[in-house]
Amino acid sequence: MNWYGRSLASGFLAVLAGMGLSSQAQAQAYPTRNITMIVPFAAGGPTDVIARIVTGHMAQTLGQAIIIENVVGAGGTTATTRASKATNDGYTLITGHMGTHAASVPLYPKLAYHPEKDFEPVGMLAGTPILILARKDFPPKDLKEFITYVKANESKVNAAHAGIGSVSNVSCELLNSILGVKPIGVPFNGTGPAMNALVAGQVDYMCDQIVNAVPQINGGTIKAYAVATAERNPSLPNVPTTTEAGLPAFQAQAWNAIFAPKGTPADVIAKLNAAIVKALDDEGVRKRLLELGSVIPAPADRTPAALGTLVKNEIAKWTPVLKAVN
Amino acid sequence: MGDVFTNLGLGFGVVFQFVQWTPAFLGGMSIPIPVNILLCLIGALVGTLVGVLPGIGTIATVAMLLPITFGLPPVGALIMLAGIYYGAQYGGSTTSILVNIPGEAGSVVTALDGFQMAKKGRAGPALAIAAIGSFFAGCVATVLIALLGAPLTKIALAFGPAEYFSLMVLGLIFAVVLAKGSVLKAIAMIVFGLLLSMVGSDIETGASRMAFNIPELADGLGFATLAMGLFGFAEIIRNLDAGGETDRKLVQEKVSGLMPTGKDLKESTPAILRGTMLGSILGILPGGGATIASFAAYTFEKKIAKDPSKFGHGEIRGVAAPESANNAAAQTSFIPLLTLGIPPNAVMALMVGAMTIHGIVPGPQVMQKQPELVWGMIASMWVGNLMLLIINLPMVGIWVRLLRVPYRLMFPAIVIFCCIGIYSVNNAPTDVMIAGAFGLVGYWLIKHDFEPAPLLLGMVLGPLMEENLRRALLISRGDWSVFLTRPLSAVLMAIAAALLVLTVLPALRKKRDEVFVESEN
Repeated sequence: MNWYGRSLASGFLAVLAGMGLSSQAQAQAYPTRNITMIVPFAAGGPTDVIARIVTGHMAQTLGQAIIIENVVGAGGTTATTRASKATNDGYTLITGHMGTHAASVPLYPKLAYHPEKDFEPVGMLAGTPILILARKDFPPKDLKEFITYVKANESKVNAAHAGIGSVSNVSCELLNSILGVKPIGVPFNGTGPAMNALVAGQVDYMCDQIVNAVPQINGGTIKAYAVATAERNPSLPNVPTTTEAGLPAFQAQAWNAIFAPKGTPADVIAKLNAAIVKALDDEGVRKRLLELGSVIPAPADRTPAALGTLVKNEIAKWTPVLKAVN
Repeated sequence: MGDVFTNLGLGFGVVFQFVQWTPAFLGGMSIPIPVNILLCLIGALVGTLVGVLPGIGTIATVAMLLPITFGLPPVGALIMLAGIYYGAQYGGSTTSILVNIPGEAGSVVTALDGFQMAKKGRAGPALAIAAIGSFFAGCVATVLIALLGAPLTKIALAFGPAEYFSLMVLGLIFAVVLAKGSVLKAIAMIVFGLLLSMVGSDIETGASRMAFNIPELADGLGFATLAMGLFGFAEIIRNLDAGGETDRKLVQEKVSGLMPTGKDLKESTPAILRGTMLGSILGILPGGGATIASFAAYTFEKKIAKDPSKFGHGEIRGVAAPESANNAAAQTSFIPLLTLGIPPNAVMALMVGAMTIHGIVPGPQVMQKQPELVWGMIASMWVGNLMLLIINLPMVGIWVRLLRVPYRLMFPAIVIFCCIGIYSVNNAPTDVMIAGAFGLVGYWLIKHDFEPAPLLLGMVLGPLMEENLRRALLISRGDWSVFLTRPLSAVLMAIAAALLVLTVLPALRKKRDEVFVESEN
């Protein structure tokens, strides 16, 4: 072997050795560079806000910046497809939610990913309770009257939603299937226009996430019948839970959680999960999430395994409801 | 009335707040800094610079720059964001005028006469009148928000699906007026635009339409993507075509006065007033009010002009009216946000996001609960508009000088900026390819004397029209009479019908005259 060949070979070996070493070192030192967090919705939306609040704190723990990339489209499935194909080294993550990682399965028959098979659960960030809302002059005064009224006037009532596959659409389908009614669903482009129609009295009722609704309820422009969680929400202490108001079967909460592409090393996931847990225990983070009306997961619900179970249960919960509608 | 002055006083107090800055190197000395004015200035400046990049319109600019405001105090952050918003609006019209690339729906019509003015060497006056018109509209809209914000909210609530559909019908009839040449070709373009707007998911069932199983088409074709292709790329191809280069040389040689002449100002003033009026009202409407405002202002000017044939060939009123309208609309679209807490369009939705990040969830009580925030923002709009005028008028000279850059150097830069712009809107490479394809379509259209502007209007009106028609019929259970039994909707329909008759009548009379002429012979 001449000099050239030898140096080339040794160089090659050195590179190989270097690669081996660095990949080992990388796993221990993770993260060594910026992390990309894909948010499948527009900047400023509920998921984006929660992702920014929590990852802001996580970045301090991990010692690396977390860069948020908002990729919108097709109810978040475009972004989720992209995340499912990203390199599984822990540097590309996604903040998924009830829609992208559960309801999408029955909604999109040609979905290019599967929430369980293509992702590693990392950790739950926050839950957002769902409310049953109505225009302020809608006759029923409480949830019991609402149920009777909607059943009696099934052909007359209009339910607004923020577009096919949106949280408001999916959760309202669950409510309607529990009540056994099929009202006319009036689609809007997003919760803003849907809320506008409800405030203006153009539609009768809708289900929506608590974030958008609290100021309207407090301002008296719309009314809330119940919150679909086990406990009352601190931001709306006068609104009863569905169990209290007589409809225990309707339990729905939009949730946001971090996922990594399948095959991301377990120690990386553990590090990320620890950072989430630390963020959720931080006073500042908790305060901001509570202001939004979010429910912070209990310690037992924060593990990757708990998130995995949640995804499995949610897919099982939404599939029959949404299959029946489509 | 007194209230308004107290409130505005509070607002200006917030804007002119000074914060004592005591840096260590001055040894304990403190300097008062007008933080909010500085933030407003930075916002307006950055907004203009990013907005000026072809392809990056207001929504993209605000979305991209939103995160930089997260570290600021809430009032400062919103003042800066508002600055970015109307800064981007100014920037967007600059590319429309100079290179015929509208960054967003609102500046499509500005390109029609603005670019023709630039071709005649009058880019300076076009840019200047856009800045002056926007400033005037901005001032009026600020006063309007302060005085009539709360009562005007009713307009936003009175507009239900039926009213919106009727307004779109009116818009569609107006659209024909956009055409420079053949009316038939204009109608063909509108219909083509309507068809393109149907690509994507059905709003009611979620079923995919005309998407050919391409996942990227599931949400439909982006307006900016299409506008970039049909206007920007097509224009570049045309310029590179034989004869294009000499055309450009002509532009470069002809550049004359930078500022509008007395005659320009005299002609533009009434156009600016009318544009401001129309824009202020349409901006309040939820959905796409601001987008329609500039189209409406342009068509209205053309309709009432003594010599409408000048429009489309560098008529200054064709720049003044839509630019005033879109700026007025941009500002009055804050009304539903500030009084109802409901964002009427995508940019306002981003504003809501910014507020929530800062722990303020806007709602009907935001004016009572956060008066410094609301009034500070309203006062900052006026300050921001003044700053934009001060920034932009001297910049006119610099922009016009850009036209002298040889085209062989200019077009690769434009193409690259366009691609970056299109990509950054959705972070989607497919959008760049779609824009490229529509560049070819646009070139073919130009070569066959079809105009892209009515097509883009069809794109804008299409979804609004379809969705509101279906919503209205869903709510009325299929009863078409809603469009006539709801008073506001009926009035709009009546105007549309009257306009249609007025448009068709002269054509009929001409036919009849021809018949008579023939029979006399």
